[in-house]
Amino acid sequence: MSVGPTFSLDLVSDVRELLAFPFMVNALQAASIVAVLAAVVGWYMVLRRQSFAGHTLSVMAFPGATGAALAGLPTAVGYYLACGLAALAIGRTGHSGRRRFATESAAIGTVQATGLALGFLFLSLNRSVLGGMETFLFGTFLGVSHDQVLTLLVVAVLALGAVAAIGRPLLFASVDPEVALARGVPVALLDVSFLLILGLAVAATSQITGVLLVFTLLVAPPAAAQLITAQPVAGLLLSVAFALAVAWLGLGVAYFSIYPVGFWITMFAFGLYVSVRIGRWALARRRRP
Amino acid sequence: MFAHEFVRNAYLAGTFVALACGTAGWFVVLRAQIFAGDALSHVAFVGAIAAAVIGLDQVVGIFVLTLALALGMAALGGRARADDVVIGIVFSWILGLGLLFITLLSTSGSGGSGIAAANTLFGSIFSLSGPEARRAALICLLSAAIVLAGFRPLLFSTLDPELASVRGLPVRALGAGFLALIAVVTAESTQAIGALLLLGLLAAPAGAAQRLTVSPYRGLALSALFAVASMWGGLALSYAIPALPASTAVIGLAAGTYALASLTRVRRPARVGTPAPAQGSGPQS
Repeated sequence: MSVGPTFSLDLVSDVRELLAFPFMVNALQAASIVAVLAAVVGWYMVLRRQSFAGHTLSVMAFPGATGAALAGLPTAVGYYLACGLAALAIGRTGHSGRRRFATESAAIGTVQATGLALGFLFLSLNRSVLGGMETFLFGTFLGVSHDQVLTLLVVAVLALGAVAAIGRPLLFASVDPEVALARGVPVALLDVSFLLILGLAVAATSQITGVLLVFTLLVAPPAAAQLITAQPVAGLLLSVAFALAVAWLGLGVAYFSIYPVGFWITMFAFGLYVSVRIGRWALARRRRP
Repeated sequence: MFAHEFVRNAYLAGTFVALACGTAGWFVVLRAQIFAGDALSHVAFVGAIAAAVIGLDQVVGIFVLTLALALGMAALGGRARADDVVIGIVFSWILGLGLLFITLLSTSGSGGSGIAAANTLFGSIFSLSGPEARRAALICLLSAAIVLAGFRPLLFSTLDPELASVRGLPVRALGAGFLALIAVVTAESTQAIGALLLLGLLAAPAGAAQRLTVSPYRGLALSALFAVASMWGGLALSYAIPALPASTAVIGLAAGTYALASLTRVRRPARVGTPAPAQGSGPQS
């Protein structure tokens, strides 16, 4: 770009300039939907200590995309199939509460490596250019169409509805699986359902935002929120607020800089988590002289 | 097949990479640090790109960044080990930095970064040169030897950290040292197997071994055996079927071993943090 947009101190006019472009409006809408979805699903993921599973599901987008390209299917079908299958494969190993077996993480690792190895096989069978790797990994909001925003909205509503439907028992099963099981809560079924919801959310969002961003928004805002409060409702709201702030700031700053959106969003997410941790530490020191 | 030099190089490097991944991986699984291993292997990719931006040798970048991350995780880990949220956040932050480096690299206009990146991500074991293969073999052999030498203290501090520290074992230092060792193995194996697939060689053979036996010595040996066998089989398969990439074949065999092992599961796997029932009493199986 020869003449980039210039940042002025007048924030109102900056925002107005930003919103003058339809692609920025689409990007902001997509980012907001992704942020809300990731913040809610991610809150449960962090609570359940399933970041590794979440990361594994998010990279399943790779075999999904390359496999669909090889088979001549629409890319979206590949994403949903790969993420769904991986969620089932991880869920099959069972017992994903707090006290996880060492072998469970070995199973997740194996699922992840297998998925990536298959993706690499599809890629080399397809003989397509490897240049697409970067967009896949680090994707961008800035090429989102209006139709994609609508699809994203539908999937987000579905996934959030599913979370709302199983929200309370899932919370119980996540916090104390043994007691929940004794009370007759179907813990194993909830485990698999949650992984499927996570897979759905990841598959829908990673098509647009790339693998890296999904994972960042899934982990950092909820983790920061859980450092501040253990209360479910307050925590979920805080997590959503954090995610929206990170996504909007990232998009806004990326518009005025030459560096990509993904970079800014990961930096803001990291900065958020670190500052919350430092704040908590300082608070704890003041209380306990 | 062995008439070709590139095949001999691949087998030389591959054997020792698999040996190191199998032995170190057994502890990685036992210590439930697979996610840490995952982060280290992905970060190796960022290291390679960062080195390209600065103009250093790829290998230097990979080693520096993986070691820095390992020590960082050890420092942040508190008493026992870094928890998965911290790993996830630090790791996505570093990948974000990787994105910045890629942007810098593509704006500076050096060509061929795409292919180099793909090689780092997925490995190209058949293109290792003689000196590269010998260096990989040497470093991986040393790493495996260190794991074996530290076997008993490491096992003790993994199974019962409290008791181990009461007995005067430096539990934290052992943990940090172990992560640093994983970083070295990861960095060295990245060239052969690739940053994205390396995890399979750390997780699958070890996971299979732990499903089959709770005896530590037997488990470690089985894990190394599975890893080396997957490597040999995978290399041969890939040589026979040119369309099949070597990394895919190796990971495929390792994952297959794991799948078979989990089908023939007889007893509950050992729980982390509690002493294994067979500890010190020899094999019960």
